Amino acid sequence: MTAATPVISCKNVWKLFGAQPEQYLKSLTGNPGFDEIRQAGYIAAVRDVSLDIAKGEMLVIMGLSGSGKSTFVRCLSRLIDITGGEVRVEGQNIGEMSEKELIGLRRNKMGMVFQSFGLLPHRTVLDNVAFPLEMRGQDRHARRARALEVIELVGLSGREDYFPRELSGGQQQRVGIARSLAIEPDIWFLDEPFSALDPLIRREMQDEFLRLQEMLGKTIVFITHDFDEALRLADRIAIMKDGVVEQCDTPDQIVLNPATEYVAKFTEEIEKSRVVHAGVLAREVNGHSLTGTPIGENQTISELARLLVNDNRDFLPVANTAGSLIGAMNRQEALDVLLGEPS
Amino acid sequence: MTDQTMVLSGKPQTWTRARTGWALFALACVLAAGNAVLPAGLVRPPEWLVLPFADWINAIFNFLRDDLGLIYLTRAFADGVEWLLDVTANLLYGKNRWPRVGPIPWTVIASIGFVIGYALQGWRLSLLTGGTFVWIAVMGQWKWAMETLSVIVVAAPFSILFGLLMGILAWRSKNFERILNPILNIAQSLPHFAYMIPVVVFIGVGPKAGAIVTIIFSVPPMIRMSLLGLRKVPHEVIESGHMCGSTRWQLLRHVRIPTARTEILVGVNQVIMQCLAMVVLASFIGMPGLGQKLLQLLQALKIGRSVEIGITIVLLAVMLDRCTKAWATKQPEHFDKGISFAVRNKFLLIAAGLSLACFVLAQFIPLMDQIGRREAFTISKPIDAVADWFIVLIDPVTQWLRWFLITWVLIPIRDAFLWMPYAAVLTLLAAAGWAIGGLRSALVCVAFFGLIAMSGWWDRAMITVYTVVVAVSIATVLGFPLGIWGSFHEKRAAIALLICDTLQTFPSFIYLIPVVMLFGVNDVAVIGAVVLFAAVPLVRYTIEGLRQVPETLIEAADMSGATRMQTLWKVRLPMALPTIMVGVNQSVMFSLFMVIIAAFIGTQDLGQEMQRALSSTDVGKGLVLGLAVAFMGLMVDHLVSTWAKTKKDALGLE
Repeated sequence: MTAATPVISCKNVWKLFGAQPEQYLKSLTGNPGFDEIRQAGYIAAVRDVSLDIAKGEMLVIMGLSGSGKSTFVRCLSRLIDITGGEVRVEGQNIGEMSEKELIGLRRNKMGMVFQSFGLLPHRTVLDNVAFPLEMRGQDRHARRARALEVIELVGLSGREDYFPRELSGGQQQRVGIARSLAIEPDIWFLDEPFSALDPLIRREMQDEFLRLQEMLGKTIVFITHDFDEALRLADRIAIMKDGVVEQCDTPDQIVLNPATEYVAKFTEEIEKSRVVHAGVLAREVNGHSLTGTPIGENQTISELARLLVNDNRDFLPVANTAGSLIGAMNRQEALDVLLGEPS
Repeated sequence: MTDQTMVLSGKPQTWTRARTGWALFALACVLAAGNAVLPAGLVRPPEWLVLPFADWINAIFNFLRDDLGLIYLTRAFADGVEWLLDVTANLLYGKNRWPRVGPIPWTVIASIGFVIGYALQGWRLSLLTGGTFVWIAVMGQWKWAMETLSVIVVAAPFSILFGLLMGILAWRSKNFERILNPILNIAQSLPHFAYMIPVVVFIGVGPKAGAIVTIIFSVPPMIRMSLLGLRKVPHEVIESGHMCGSTRWQLLRHVRIPTARTEILVGVNQVIMQCLAMVVLASFIGMPGLGQKLLQLLQALKIGRSVEIGITIVLLAVMLDRCTKAWATKQPEHFDKGISFAVRNKFLLIAAGLSLACFVLAQFIPLMDQIGRREAFTISKPIDAVADWFIVLIDPVTQWLRWFLITWVLIPIRDAFLWMPYAAVLTLLAAAGWAIGGLRSALVCVAFFGLIAMSGWWDRAMITVYTVVVAVSIATVLGFPLGIWGSFHEKRAAIALLICDTLQTFPSFIYLIPVVMLFGVNDVAVIGAVVLFAAVPLVRYTIEGLRQVPETLIEAADMSGATRMQTLWKVRLPMALPTIMVGVNQSVMFSLFMVIIAAFIGTQDLGQEMQRALSSTDVGKGLVLGLAVAFMGLMVDHLVSTWAKTKKDALGLE
C-alpha cells in the first residue's frame, strides 16, 4: 500500500496549547514527556508525530478521549494551526498557504464528517448538502443536481426537504456524510463519525461506510475511540496516547506484535483470530512439501478455524487472490493465534 | 495579602475575610455611636470632597454639541427618524404626512393580528393578538395606542440592527468587548430618566425624541444577546463551515448568524419589551400616546380610565412578548413534496384576503374603519364604582396601615439612614465587601459609594437607599414564603412562574395604578409600588431555585428519613440559595428603577431631583444623579454575584 508520493505527509508535527507555545517549543531539548510539559503550563495535544498517508489508503487514528487524535486530524486540514513541524498535502505545505489558497484546497480537495454532525439547523437536508457547492459559487441548478445525487448515494432520497432536527441521529450523520462528499473530495476526514450513534445504528453505518469506500476509493483519515471499529475498517491503524503515536501499522501487526505495553493492553481483549489474515502468517516455503488446496490470503484465521482443527498438514499453502502461491502457513502458529499461546 | 496570611496561618481564607469584615463592622458601629462627637468632615462629606461632576459633564456636552457640532449630526439623524415616524404615523393613525393613505382601518390590523398569532403558535395566541387590537379599538383608544406603536415600529428595527452590529463587533474584537462591557453594565443600571435628559438637549421633545430615547435605551440587551448567540454556536458547526470552504463573510452570513437565530430573536424580544417600557415613560418628554394619557389620568386620580389604559398597555406587552417568544422558539418545518404554493403560503394568503375584505367593508361600514370616542365602550364607570366601594371598604385598613407605616416604620428608618455619618456607611459597606469578596470587593463598594458622596447628593441618595432597603425587605418577607409555597407542587410552580413572567413583562408604570388607587399619592404608595415590582423576581427565582434542586438529592434526603421541613431547610434551600440571590439582585435593580419612576407621585430622593433636572434640561445634574443610582445597583450586583459565585463553587454547581 505504498504509492510514490504520499497524499498527506506529516513531519514532526507538534501542537501545544498554552501562553507562548512556539517559544516554548523552541526551548525544548530532547523529548520531554506529557507531564513534564504540563508542569511548564502547556498542554501537549500532538507531540512529534510523523506519518505518511498513501493515496487510497484508509488510516484509522485510534485513541481514548484526550489522546490528541481529534486535534491531530484538525492539524491535517489546518482547522488548527500547528506549533511545529510541517504538514504537506499533495506536496504542498499547508502551513504556508494563504487564506485564499486554503479555502481553495478545502473547496476542491477535502471533506470532513463530524462527531456531532455539525449540520446547519436552519437549512434543509438539500441545502445542507449543497452548502459547500454554494460556498464555491456553483449555480443553483448544478448544486441541486449534485446534492440530489449524493443524497441518493447515502440513501436519504425523499427527505431532501426535511430539517436536521426532524431526522434521527443516523440520518443526520448520513446528511453529514453526503455534505462532505458533495464536492467529490480526494481526501476524506471523519472525526468519530459514528460515536454519537447507538450500537445497532453504528454497525449499520459502518457497513454503509465500507460500501461507499469500496465504490469511491478515497484517501481517508478516520478517527475513533473504538478499537473494534478501527480493526474493522482500517488499512492501517495509528494508536495515539498523550499526543504521541504509539504504533502505526496494519491491524494484523498491531494484534500480533504490539509495539508498546499500552498497545498490548488494547489487544489483550481482542479475539486475534478475527483480525489476523492467513497472508500475514504465510512464510517462505523453504522446501516444505505443500499439498492440497491452498487457502486465500484474505481469509481470517477464525474463518479457517474448522479447517485448521481438522486438517493434518503441518504447513498449509497460501495463495493470493489471483491464485498464485505466496507462501506457507505453519498450522501450529495459526492454531496459537486461534486458541491463544499454550501456557 | 490575605493569600499570604492564609499560607502562614494555615487557616482557610474565608475565616480571615469574615474576621476582617467583623472588625470593620465594629469600626462602623463605633463611628455611628460617636456621631455626636465626630468631626463634621466624617458626618457629611466636607465641601472640598464634593467635586463639580455636573459642571464637568455639562462642559463636555457643550463641547460635543457646539464645538464639535455633534448637534447637527444628531439633528440630521433625528430628522431621518422623524420622516420614518411620519410614515408610520400616517399609516397607523392618519397623521397628515406622506404617503397620506392612512389610517389603515382597525379591522385590517386586527385581522392581520389574528393571522400572525395563529401562524406563530395557534388559536390561543391568535385570540390574544387579535383580541388586543379589538379591545383597543372598541375602548376608543385606537389613536393613542397607534401613537405608541408607531414609535415602536420605527425604534425597534433601529435597535435590533444597531445591537446586532455592535454584538458582531464585540464578538470580533476582544478589545472592543472589553471597552463595551462596563459601558453596558452602567447603561443597563441607569434609570430611564437619565437617558431622557441628554436626548432632550440634543433633539428636543416630542415623538422623535421619544423614538430616539427608546432606541438608545433598548440597544444594550440586543448587544448582549447577539454576542451570547454568536459565542454559543457549536464548535463543530463552525468547523464544518470552514471545511466547506467558507470565507469569513460567508461563515458569518450563512453559518454563525443563522445558527445563533434563537438567541438573536430572544434579543429582539427584549428590545421590543424595553421599547414598550420606554415609550410609555417617554410621555415625560412630550411623547404622545398611551403613556401620556395614563400619566394625565393618574395625576387627575381618574382610576377607572387609568385602569382601562393600564389594561391596554398590559395586553400590548403580553401580546408582543408572546409573539416574539413564539417566533424565537419556532423551528422550521418541512413541507411534503408536491404541496401547492397556496398551501405553503396559506397564512400569507389568508392575511391578504382578510385585510382586503376588511378594507373594502370599511369603505361602507364606518365602524369597521374607525371607532370614534362617541361609539366607543367604556368600563370606567363600573371600575370606578367598584374601586370606590373597595376603597371605602378597606379604608380603615389602609388608613391605619398608612399611619402605622409612616409614623412607626418609614419616618424612623428614614431618619436613621439620614442620621448615619457617611464615614460609618462607607465602613459598613467595606465590611460587607470584605466579608464577601476580600479587599477587592471592599474597595469596589467604597469606590461606588465614595463617588456618590463626592457627587454632593448624599442625603438624597440615602433617601433612595432607605426606600429600596425598606421595599426589598418587605418584598422579601412577602415574596420568599410565597416562593417556597409555590415551589411545593410542580403544577403550582408552573402556574406561578407563568404569572411572574407575565407580570415582568408589564412596563413599570403599570404598577403605580393600584397603589395610587389604594393609598393616594404619598410615601406609602411609593413603597407599595416598589414592593409589588420587586417581589416578582424574588418569587420567580425562589421557585426556580427550589425546583432546580436535583431530584436525586431530594430522594437521598427522603431516604435518610428527613421530614418535608427538614428537606426544605437542610437540602433544598441551601442548594437554591445562589439562584435565590439572583432574584434578590434583580429585585434591588427593579426597586431602584421603580423608586426613580415613582418620583412623579412625590418623593424627596434622587428621583425628584432627576425630574427637576429633566424639566430644566440639566444634562450634568441628570447624569450625575443617574450614575449615583447606577452605582448603587452595580455595587449590589457586584456583592451578590461575588457571593453567589463563591457559593456555587463551594456547592460544585456549574
